[in-house]
Amino acid sequence: MAPLLFYLLSALVLGTALLVVTSKNAVNSAMFFLISLLGTAGLFVLLDAFLLAAVLVLVYAGAVVALFLFIIMLLGMKGGERPPLSHFAVLASVVAAAILGVGVLSFVKHGQITASIADAAVPATGAVLKSYSAQLFTTYLLPVQVVGFLLLIAMLGVIVLSKRFEGMEESK
Amino acid sequence: MSVTLNDYLLVSVLMFVVGFFGVLMRRNTLIVYMCLELMLVAATLALVAFSRYNRTMDGNVFVFFILTVAAAEVAVGLAIIVALFRRRHTVQLDKLNALKN
Repeated sequence: MAPLLFYLLSALVLGTALLVVTSKNAVNSAMFFLISLLGTAGLFVLLDAFLLAAVLVLVYAGAVVALFLFIIMLLGMKGGERPPLSHFAVLASVVAAAILGVGVLSFVKHGQITASIADAAVPATGAVLKSYSAQLFTTYLLPVQVVGFLLLIAMLGVIVLSKRFEGMEESK
Repeated sequence: MSVTLNDYLLVSVLMFVVGFFGVLMRRNTLIVYMCLELMLVAATLALVAFSRYNRTMDGNVFVFFILTVAAAEVAVGLAIIVALFRRRHTVQLDKLNALKN
């Protein structure tokens, strides 16, 4: 059951990821990105990371994709606006991506990755909510605080970036 | 037969490569940004898989932080794109060549 689900979900994730790249319409790209994220959340569930799957759906599929769609609508990019891609650019991108893929794959194949136990044999630690809180409030307490500050600063930055300062911008 | 760590890493690498391909090929800033997010999600998938198969908690906690930072980053990045659009009236990357020459 689990291998079948894994293959289905990974096919879904990779297929929709390719469609994000190739689709002509920006809104379609955002929708395929959403489906790809949901597939990734499914893979997280298969890896017993239930909390992370829920957070991925909430933060990414809920907030980030909604923000992307909002900006696409705001900037008024309707369908069929993609200019035709030059063959040279496509070829160069394919070659560069293939080189990267082969490099990382050879690292995965020949690197010293010892953990090749079947997943049924391994008890899951990521499934327990208690272990998250135990880690976040002891070992990782300082990073939690820093991330809190980061969110605050990001919020201030967005306000400053998107506010119009009348009379302070130089005229175009 | 069961799913091993290498299978998850394979999916993660392929997803990362697809995102990289999109970043190189597309000319629309928003799509490029979406592909960057795709690469980030691919990296989190690898972290969760490593953490699962090594019986540690640290990978999952890192993914937790990565998700938080990604949310902040998306908010700032999209605000920059909107500010850019307001000033230059385009989001096509090949038209944003003020630093050329």
